[in-house]
Amino acid sequence: MILDILVQGLQMAAVLLLAPLLTGLVRKLKARLQRRQGASVLQPYRDLVRLLRKEVVLAENASWLFRAAPYLIFAATWVAAALVPTFATGLYFTWSADLIAITALVGSARFFLSLAGMDAGTSFGGIGASREAMIASLAEPAMLLIVFSLALIAGSTQLSTVATVMASPDVGLRVSLGMALVALIMVAIAENARVPIDNPATHLELTMVHEAMVLEYSGRHLAMIEFAAALKLLLYVSLIACVFVPWGLAQPGSGALAHILGFTAYLAKLLVGGALLAVFETATAKMRVFRVPAFLGAALMLGLLGTLLLFVSRSL
Amino acid sequence: MTGSIGLLLGCIAVLLATAILAIGLGRSGRATQVIYGVTAAISAVALVAALTQLLDALHDNSTLTLPLGLPWIGANFRLDMLSAFFLVVVNLGGGVASLFGLGYGTHETTPGRVLPFFPAFLAGMNLVVLADDAFAFLFAWEFMSLSSWALVMAHHREPGNARAGYIYLVMASFGTLALLLAFGLLAGPDGGYAFEMIRAVEHKSLVVALVLGLMLLGAGSKAGLVPLHVWLPLAHPAAPSHVSALMSGVMTKVAVYGFIRVIFDLVGEPNWWSSIIVMFIGGATAVFGILSALMERDIKRLLAYSTIENIGVIFVSLGLALAFEANGMRLAAALALTAALFHVLNHAFFKSLLFFGAGAVLTATGERDMERLGGLIHRMPVTSVVFLVGCFAISALPPLNGFASEWLVFQAILQSPDLPQFGLKLMVPAVGGMLALAAALAAACFIKVYGTVFLGRPRSAAAIEAREVDHFSLAAMSILASLCLLAGMFPGLVVDALSPVANSLVGSGLPRQAEIAWLSLVPIAESRSSYNGLLIFAFVALSAWLAVFFIHSFASRAVRRGPAWGCGLPSLSADMQYSGDSFAQPIRRVFGQLAFRAHEEIDMPAPGDMRAARLTVTMRDIVWDSIYAPIVRGVRFVAKRLNGLQFLTIRRYLSIVFAALVTLLLVLALWA
Repeated sequence: MILDILVQGLQMAAVLLLAPLLTGLVRKLKARLQRRQGASVLQPYRDLVRLLRKEVVLAENASWLFRAAPYLIFAATWVAAALVPTFATGLYFTWSADLIAITALVGSARFFLSLAGMDAGTSFGGIGASREAMIASLAEPAMLLIVFSLALIAGSTQLSTVATVMASPDVGLRVSLGMALVALIMVAIAENARVPIDNPATHLELTMVHEAMVLEYSGRHLAMIEFAAALKLLLYVSLIACVFVPWGLAQPGSGALAHILGFTAYLAKLLVGGALLAVFETATAKMRVFRVPAFLGAALMLGLLGTLLLFVSRSL
Repeated sequence: MTGSIGLLLGCIAVLLATAILAIGLGRSGRATQVIYGVTAAISAVALVAALTQLLDALHDNSTLTLPLGLPWIGANFRLDMLSAFFLVVVNLGGGVASLFGLGYGTHETTPGRVLPFFPAFLAGMNLVVLADDAFAFLFAWEFMSLSSWALVMAHHREPGNARAGYIYLVMASFGTLALLLAFGLLAGPDGGYAFEMIRAVEHKSLVVALVLGLMLLGAGSKAGLVPLHVWLPLAHPAAPSHVSALMSGVMTKVAVYGFIRVIFDLVGEPNWWSSIIVMFIGGATAVFGILSALMERDIKRLLAYSTIENIGVIFVSLGLALAFEANGMRLAAALALTAALFHVLNHAFFKSLLFFGAGAVLTATGERDMERLGGLIHRMPVTSVVFLVGCFAISALPPLNGFASEWLVFQAILQSPDLPQFGLKLMVPAVGGMLALAAALAAACFIKVYGTVFLGRPRSAAAIEAREVDHFSLAAMSILASLCLLAGMFPGLVVDALSPVANSLVGSGLPRQAEIAWLSLVPIAESRSSYNGLLIFAFVALSAWLAVFFIHSFASRAVRRGPAWGCGLPSLSADMQYSGDSFAQPIRRVFGQLAFRAHEEIDMPAPGDMRAARLTVTMRDIVWDSIYAPIVRGVRFVAKRLNGLQFLTIRRYLSIVFAALVTLLLVLALWA
């Protein structure tokens, strides 16, 4: 049992340590694809440390909610990220939240982030929060329908069980799985405020969503929020990896070697996932805000279609 | 055990006596304290009695017959598991509303119009749940409707309230008419109006179908199912806030009780297709309700629309339970029914809390228009915390209670691919998508509420000068907020308490949860799904504490206050903030065209023209326009035509009577 808790703790530490690295990797790759030198992959760590050293400038009207929200957002995202199997399945606390609960936990973080955006009483926070709400109102149902598809194939909403079933040879190629994968990628892009939904690098006020919400944040609070954003990106890459490329995951009770192997495989998956994201972001242009509903509507329809297919026949 | 039912009926008698006492006390200064004190105490007693019955291991039902009502059967009352659960909801809501009323009621301008009807309303709701024959049920139902109507009309001089009361009265009469017909069909020509007799009879499938339709009209109109919901967002907000909380949080649940009692208990085996109707109406209600809520500016009307959404969620779950029961999947039916009942309880908690919060805001500022509020988090520290808990809970976010019940509904949906009928296979995923959409929109809606009312900067002088409300109100809200938290952290215990209710209705309960390690919620099997609100709460709290600890040990602790970024403009006025309407604008653009025929008109003056630019948004209530407006027009048309008959000479009346007589005789002759 102590060993189990240790592995769980290792996972919590691993997601925490790897999250900025993934963000740095994506940035570096994007820069190289744009024929720029780019900052080092370690830059996000340096940014975090620098932010932690700086003083906080609070807006005059900011309330306690504005100061508490960064910690809550960070905590909820961290817990959600730590509950997705990364290098091993069947961790000690995996059963405390299934995929629906993990999705909803990310929603809890968003709830606080949107409220914090509205706290200072400026238009930027409001515009970010309201657009985020619109995006979430379409992305969350799409995500839930994807969860339904996966749960119907695996017979469970528990991520460890889903991963184990997906790794077994009898799943095979399915139409519904393909739809779920495409829809999940679309949702992941929207949830993480990446191109073409939002641009994480922009600071042009009227085009921002996520950045507009956090405009008033500074210092350690901003560090927490940036960290949470990095964790969220890691969460979605891990989620896609654990469901659609579940190979190499260490089974519960297997030895140290399997865990080391699983960890190496996980690093490789992160590398591939980050590279694909960088290529995709470089190849697409950001879309207008009111084109986003069409994009997410497509994800929603794909999710619904996948679920309907599975309701009609479990083997599709 | 006739003891507890006797006690409960005694409580009802005391409530009725209190109502009469309130008339006697009239305008005396202490009337408010006395009446709400008595109702709080009586509700507490009834709550304990109902809880004892619900948690009693023996699960025995008790009945009592009084020599009132229909002469050949008397007035029958029965306390079983289902009524015990709903009595808990009614009396918990009633007790907390009384506590809130102790403080809130002192601001009442016309206490004489509220105090007599408040205990009567509580008594009516208790009676509906206890009634065990059709006559007693309908009598209590009408009593409940009329006393709540009187409360809606308490401030009858305020604009719009008289119309709200009128529409409520019409819809309530219509609902009772439907219920009357439903019970008539169930009782049959022999007049077996006692529920015992109705249960014993095997009903024809045509009767079952008709009864389902009539119950959807009768109970559905009281609960607020679309398209019978039109009265609800008018009437609920018109009443004083603690009564709004009772109407939204509790009375709609009494309607749900009526539906469950008749469809699950009295009618017997359901048809599988009936579940499709219930689910579809539920899903449409959920989405339409929350979209309407999002577009609303009046905080109490917004909450009333959100009630419609939650009723939709409950009916979807009930529909699922019907589908499973019709196919003999008892465990899945128990899961869906438990989810519905859990949501009933949760909604009673957080909707009462939110209406109390709206009442507190109304007391502090005199405003219901959210666009004239803002920044109350600085002025009302306690209210803002408990209201935040309510918003978080109703948005179905972990680790609070709203998420636990929605999670159970989703688990029930995932049981449904085993259903054999194709119609259901296609319907359930679509309804699941609608529920997910409603849940996501609910989160957006309550971000809007909290962000506009409590955050940002005050938008009116009243909001600047707001003051925290009295201790009774705060206590009532804090109790409900703690209950939201507790039910979210220990959902397994609630599910265990609901298990006998499900068992008595669908013949199976969920497996016992209390013995599962770490108090997890495991509806079917751990390999399928499990959720642990307690651990999630602990993890988030622990991680947040870790982060705070780390940052405060190692990072800079310097804080400076500065003006918010305004693109270089020197001073930002409060009107330049994002308003609630602007918050909802993106969602209005996505869904408004379809749901409200929303239309935006921009009047932008040419350069040099000094006119102010205008943005006009028109939205139409398509349910009212397409269903109610034609009916109103039809009634007006007929009334106008018949009006001609009112002022005729005696000769004409005689000739009309003669013609009618001849026509009747002719019809009779031809028929025979």
